[in-house]
Amino acid sequence: MVESESKSLQAREKAEVASPAEQLKAGPVFSPSIDIFETDKEITLLADMPGVKANNLSIDLRENVLTLSGEVEAPEGPDEVDILREYRTGSYFREFSLSQLIDQTKIDAELKDGVLHLKLPKVEKATPRKITVKSP
Amino acid sequence: MIFRRVTGWPSWGGGWNPFGEIERIRQEMNRLQDAFTRGLVGERLAGVFPLMNVTEDKDSYYVRAELPGIKAEDLNISVTEDSLSVSGERKLATEEEKATYHRKEREAGSFSRLVTLPGPIDSAKVEARCADGILSIVLPKAEAAKPKQIAVKTS
Repeated sequence: MVESESKSLQAREKAEVASPAEQLKAGPVFSPSIDIFETDKEITLLADMPGVKANNLSIDLRENVLTLSGEVEAPEGPDEVDILREYRTGSYFREFSLSQLIDQTKIDAELKDGVLHLKLPKVEKATPRKITVKSP
Repeated sequence: MIFRRVTGWPSWGGGWNPFGEIERIRQEMNRLQDAFTRGLVGERLAGVFPLMNVTEDKDSYYVRAELPGIKAEDLNISVTEDSLSVSGERKLATEEEKATYHRKEREAGSFSRLVTLPGPIDSAKVEARCADGILSIVLPKAEAAKPKQIAVKTS
């Protein structure tokens, strides 16, 4: 994919999802924009989650379901009054079911500038070995 | 949009209700109307990137925008006495050629936006911070614009 021509970014509303379980914190829940690509060795997932700090982010992988969930604190101070509100602040949630087997011990997650880089290495397939038969 | 309620119409033994379609359209219109008016405090449906929230307290204006993946050095912010301009470019790391994409929802590109502020500001004291993908700009109000208490003299 060639990214060299610089087109203008379009504003998009965040996609709201009906959250699966009842939220403890009131507020909307959004589905973060995600890029997923796969090579032979690993699956990489990039998620836009602005406003989420590392300790508010939870990544869960069980039974081949990957769940991303991040909480966002409202950045406004208590005395601030709205003049213009074009986007809402809310938590992020998204789930994926993975068809590949993932080596859970080698998962790498990094949250930088509001973007989560998640690397999921695939389980190395067992290398076939020839078995020699000893004769007595 | 005025639709008369016609669902009291008898439907013969589960037969075709000729006003079913109109009823469905009416409900859809009501839903759309609710969606427009719910939770709007000047909220626009589609604007220029980046979408911004502007708030104020008695000393300053605060402008916030969600810019994930954009580093401080890719941003260009400038202010005049009554307006703020934010521009920059979002780059996505180009990945290896043999990768297969399953989803590609994030976009890269340039953006530029000018916001007119509701009142004059002190441009020398403006501070901008970009953390966790959120750009926060604090614009202290010009002294002349801050509300001042006026003492009422008796006699």
